[in-house]
Amino acid sequence: MSKLFEETRSLKAPVWGVIPRAAWPLVVAIAIGALVYFGVSPLVGGFVSKVMLIVGINIVLAVSLNIVNGYTGQFSMGHAGFMAVGGYVAAGIVYYGSIKLWGSAEPAGGILSIVQEGPKAGPLWGKGDFLFVISCLIGGLVAAGAGYVVGLPSLRLRGDYLAIVTLGFGEIVRVILQGSHDQIQPWKAADAAAMPVYELAWKLGGPKGFNLVPTYTTLFWVYFWAALTCIAAYRLKSSSSGRAFLSIREDEVAAQAMGVDLTKYKVRAFVFSSFFAGVAGGLYALDIGAISAGDLNFIKSFDIIIMVVLGGLGSISGAVLAAVILSILPEALRQPPSLVPWGWVAIAVIALVMGAVLPKGKKLKPIIVLVGTAALWEGLRFLATSVHVNLPDYRMIIYAILLIVLMIVRPQGLFGVRELWDLKVFKRRGGGA
Amino acid sequence: MLSVENLSVSYGAIKALHGISLRVERGEIVTLIGSNGAGKTTTLRTISGLVRAAAGSISFEGVPIGKLPPHQIVRMGIAQSPEGRGVFANMSVDENLSLGAYARHDKDQIAKDRERALELFPRLRERLSQSAGTLSGGEQQMLAIARALLARPKLMLLDEPSLGLAPQVVATIFKIIREINAGGTTILLVEQNAHMALNVAHRAYVLEVGKIAMEGPAAELAKSDEVRRAYLGHG
Ligand SMILES: Nc1ncnc2c1ncn2[C@@H]1O[C@H](COP(=O)(O)OP(=O)(O)OP(=O)(O)O)[C@@H](O)[C@H]1O
Ligand SMILES: [Mg+2]
Repeated sequence: MSKLFEETRSLKAPVWGVIPRAAWPLVVAIAIGALVYFGVSPLVGGFVSKVMLIVGINIVLAVSLNIVNGYTGQFSMGHAGFMAVGGYVAAGIVYYGSIKLWGSAEPAGGILSIVQEGPKAGPLWGKGDFLFVISCLIGGLVAAGAGYVVGLPSLRLRGDYLAIVTLGFGEIVRVILQGSHDQIQPWKAADAAAMPVYELAWKLGGPKGFNLVPTYTTLFWVYFWAALTCIAAYRLKSSSSGRAFLSIREDEVAAQAMGVDLTKYKVRAFVFSSFFAGVAGGLYALDIGAISAGDLNFIKSFDIIIMVVLGGLGSISGAVLAAVILSILPEALRQPPSLVPWGWVAIAVIALVMGAVLPKGKKLKPIIVLVGTAALWEGLRFLATSVHVNLPDYRMIIYAILLIVLMIVRPQGLFGVRELWDLKVFKRRGGGA
Repeated sequence: MLSVENLSVSYGAIKALHGISLRVERGEIVTLIGSNGAGKTTTLRTISGLVRAAAGSISFEGVPIGKLPPHQIVRMGIAQSPEGRGVFANMSVDENLSLGAYARHDKDQIAKDRERALELFPRLRERLSQSAGTLSGGEQQMLAIARALLARPKLMLLDEPSLGLAPQVVATIFKIIREINAGGTTILLVEQNAHMALNVAHRAYVLEVGKIAMEGPAAELAKSDEVRRAYLGHG
């Protein structure tokens, strides 16, 4: 499929040639962000849009964590820590930046960054948008710096030991941030405007969290970054670095014997991964207009790890799919919608398609899993509606059962290391083209 | 081409090598024999930079390499086929081979070397898309050697290529080692199978608990009483 993509690109060279190669990811990301924001969001309404936003941020988090845990096989448990670093940096820049520049912490975005119902009106780009974009970038860069520092011990530590170090990192970040000084509230903006930047930098709200930050994050920006993360992860995986990463995951010593620079790639994985985690933190903080280190604890890191494991360590498509499923699941558990009748119709259609395309002898298991999952869903729904069990309380138990079933049925995760476009179904068609 | 002087290596409190010296000249096959735990693997791993020496020096083509990281040593032209093969089990044979050429960028020459390696090991060609973990032990050994060949090394370090293989396969492997050497690659061969190793090598070193006990032309060592008694199983 990537080949197909390249061919079409060269075919249309006269038109597309004007865009330099390095700018392609940006163009694609802007297109995807715009499509979701202007195209899809108005059709699906406010609630679904909100869920889509969570989905998008989780895609950034899962795909980026996959670079460390999936590509190089190191086990990082500190992703929420990087997210917190990026989130606080971005929130701090936007909040105090707005006060310093314009004297108030009011949102000052254009259409791209104002959440509004109905038709979108006003200028496309507001003065605050620069601040927002820069804050996310700097948040990402600071998180990447932290990733570099955390990546270094990964050279000496393996498996469980690295897991403990990264877990410790996440907790240290949390505790340090909770020890920051009180935030200067918006109604004292004049005081803040008079203070030097280095003093403001540590007034991040402490245990109360950092609040009343102007919001800018919209579906446009979330899917812009989600697309960029996926493209970066794809380029990393398909380049010679990708081979280096996967060889480290297989056997560090043999990889070194092949000439793979262990230091460089292990640290590089951490830097890339934490950059995007930091950006995700920025998007998160500037969506809800607040960030609290207490919420970004190791349970948040686990949530992301579960996505990566469910999707398949090393698979971008897997991480995306798992992020979608596991972000929708908690929402769906609140008021489990019934599968009768359209859900079952859809499942029947999917089962028929699987029956048609899957190789002989391998049809049964996936279909049983599919139907079994649907039946399980109806069971959960029964619990929620008739027995009045509040399912979100049991989210972690449901995740645990999900993981146990996964480890039995498909230990490598939904996709393994492979990608959607590696599947036989696509290969067969692509072969003719 | 390779010269090791007074090399000492320790693993924590365990001293594995007590100041060994050895040389390998261009075009030679040199073998290093010795019983279990003598320090043969340690010697090879120290040469490739995977283990750091406590004392002594290693130089390759006149350049000291004792302090270089492994990935730079590979780029200077030393490739290793590690003990226990160390193939990437979840990758295909083909991917293993391309990782062998990881440090190189000359596409055309890599393609030629790949062809040559597959001519030496026709079995691998039949199994290019099979994952390496599903190969038989002998096939994995072939893959480990082929993969090292793809680094286009000047000096190839082979650690017990005959380990656990059937006699016919051992014979094939040694025939191929000779062919690789005839193609201009210098070889340092570590072996338990002293008989085969002394047969194929030009010169030999005998390692006993971290010290060089004997050295000389392979044919002469094969005749010496001590070697015959200790390593060739003759009374
Ligand atoms: N990673 C390690 N940690 C501690 N001791 C080690 C380590 N590797 C090797 N040793 C010790 O160093 C000594 C030499 O080991 P080495 O692997 O070099 O032997 P060898 O000659 O290759 O043996 P064999 O023929 O069994 O492969 C042994 O006593 C071994 O126990
Ligand atoms: Mg050994």
